[in-house]
Amino acid sequence: MTTTKQLDELINREYQHGFYTQLEADTIPLGLNESTVRLISAKKNEPAFMLEWRLKAYQHWLTLSEPTWPNLHYPPIDYQHAYYYSAPKSEKTGPRDLSEIDPELLRTYEKLGIPLREQQVLAGVAVDAVFDSVSVATTFKQKLSTLGIIFCPFSEAVQKHPELVQQYLGSVVPYTDNFFASLNAAVFSDGSFCYIPPGVRCPMELSTYFRINAKNTGQFERTLIIADKDSYVSYLEGCTAPMRDENQLHAAVVELIALEGARIKYATVQNWYPGDKDGKGGIYNFVTKRGDCRGDRSHISWTQVETGSAITWKYPSVILRGNGSVGEFYSVALTNHHQQADTGTKMIHIGQDTKSTVLSKGISAGYGQNTYRGLIKVLSGAENARNYTQCDSLLLGSKCGAHTFPYIEVKNPSAKVEHEASTSRIGEDQLFYCTQRGIPPEDAVSMIVSGFCKAVFQELPMEFAVEAQKLLGVSLEGGTG
Amino acid sequence: MLSIKNLHASIDGKEILRGIDLEVKAGEVHAIMGPNASGKTTLAQLLAGRALYAVTAGSVQYLGRDLLSMTPEQRACEGVFLAFQYPVEIPGISNALFLKTALNAIRKYHLLPELDAMDFLSLVRERMKRVGMDDAMLLRAVNEGFSGGEKKRNEILQLSVLQPKLAILDETDSGLDIDALKLIADGINDMRDHERAIILVTHYQRLLDYVVPDMVHVLSQGRIVKSGGADLAKNLEQHGYSWVNTDAIANQAIQNSQITQANQAP
Repeated sequence: MTTTKQLDELINREYQHGFYTQLEADTIPLGLNESTVRLISAKKNEPAFMLEWRLKAYQHWLTLSEPTWPNLHYPPIDYQHAYYYSAPKSEKTGPRDLSEIDPELLRTYEKLGIPLREQQVLAGVAVDAVFDSVSVATTFKQKLSTLGIIFCPFSEAVQKHPELVQQYLGSVVPYTDNFFASLNAAVFSDGSFCYIPPGVRCPMELSTYFRINAKNTGQFERTLIIADKDSYVSYLEGCTAPMRDENQLHAAVVELIALEGARIKYATVQNWYPGDKDGKGGIYNFVTKRGDCRGDRSHISWTQVETGSAITWKYPSVILRGNGSVGEFYSVALTNHHQQADTGTKMIHIGQDTKSTVLSKGISAGYGQNTYRGLIKVLSGAENARNYTQCDSLLLGSKCGAHTFPYIEVKNPSAKVEHEASTSRIGEDQLFYCTQRGIPPEDAVSMIVSGFCKAVFQELPMEFAVEAQKLLGVSLEGGTG
Repeated sequence: MLSIKNLHASIDGKEILRGIDLEVKAGEVHAIMGPNASGKTTLAQLLAGRALYAVTAGSVQYLGRDLLSMTPEQRACEGVFLAFQYPVEIPGISNALFLKTALNAIRKYHLLPELDAMDFLSLVRERMKRVGMDDAMLLRAVNEGFSGGEKKRNEILQLSVLQPKLAILDETDSGLDIDALKLIADGINDMRDHERAIILVTHYQRLLDYVVPDMVHVLSQGRIVKSGGADLAKNLEQHGYSWVNTDAIANQAIQNSQITQANQAP
């Protein structure tokens, strides 16, 4: 079939962000032991409570083993064959504004299309860029600080706001949580920190871009967002990585805390390098993301578009502790070539009148394997808890797979939990209908897929929605082969 | 415009078309009639480029070019349009977006500037009025939850917006009540002009009361067994398809005996 052939040609399209920046890096010796942890903490000039916490995490990590329950298949990871810290050299002096940043680095950001320069004012985006392991530049900090908003690299928050860090760090994802979260707690190098004071509505979208650059570097960033009473923040996270043959490890932790009446919207467009078409290389992405609706009437929503990574292991979850709190999870996960994703969410209903919505769209193409894994848990005290889950899978081609593992635990009889699931295939008839109207097959496929994902894209901020749609188009090419 | 010669086609090794010959000129309306499973839809879809069918013999020339070597989207951009018997649903994509994408893909192919949203909307609204469609249909997902009649009308709207040179309508009249049928027929008549050819594939004669064809062909078991003017359709309506079949078989028998006689002649 001509259409199949055309699509097959497109499948070979290269990862567009696959370039490597020559920068002098400050790297510590290969491998992981207690002195690695101490060295990282020392490099960051951390207070004693941080070192102590990291060491406890490291000791705990030694007692854990990698989870084997996910529907993922990959060779064992050698945790001693990775660098746990890599920072551009200039970090020691600490850039104060964009003009002090290595122009090579800025060019890298330009290639990535990150709006790091003055045009950001127009875009209204404040970016905290994490390049390998250190936050390089944080923009708009001053404008935000007049509102009392703290938005800075995690390491800076440790120095300037240790009391906030100490109060909230690990309060949603403790260092004992799971294998990867423990590892992260021990060795995390940087990340973003955000605090919105009571009653403040953050006037712009806050954004972090992560990019793994150095070879064999694990990226362990940690993000902590606290929305105080009746505040609001919308946060965007974008990720890319250069192309390498070896697999790179990414084990991040994100903690969100919403106090009474607060609302946090957290959106991710993840475009890590997925490996080549034969499954060589790519990022192993093991991420723990959790939000805590700690106060009454608080509201946390996760929106994710996952198109990259060789392996994705990720379950952005919400603990619905406050009465009347709301948790949402909107997800598009796409696997093409040999990508594997085991992703979903956990909604833990503790408070009364809590509501959660889960909308998951999985797209599998090539040899991609896509697993939705979701837990809806209603505790005995959660009167009138409501959950609605919709979980749709779309298959392109015959060699890919979609799997759904919904777990439902209800301990309160007043709960209403609904689950709907569907699996469909992009039909030859749909494709023919589009091409018969003059639409080229690759455009037709991305149109059909974006139609399938529409309900999730609607949850993304405008500029991200456009990016996500483009990404899907690129990631999918050749998928029906 | 369209010249089909000795066209044979099969699906999964089963021969469906067994030697079709058909000439269609610009400005003409041809009706292709025939009982179920006679190969009507196969012919219509094959001309539009559906890859399910394998052409085993014969040729199709369209505007002097080899139609069979073109991809479906090339055919569409060159002006071949198929109104589907069963229009396909595309969830999440609005009718407006779909039609605008199609129109602009065709315009791009002809190196014409793409229409912006405003120009497109004014064009499509005007066409919608003609086929009696409500504006709200623009925002609904393509064919999703449409009634049978709405789907067929939507095909005519697409036809009217895309303005093809060769329109093939596959049973666009089936399943319609009389009012809907008249609307569809008006839409088709609206499209008749001296530069456009229309092929109506239909099971019943009643559409042809409103859209009077120049030629009627009867397809049976993968062959055109009878061709004639608009009257042929009326005869079919009175006598049924068996009349054509027996007639054709009789004709064939006469021909055969003549050949035999001729061969036997000293």
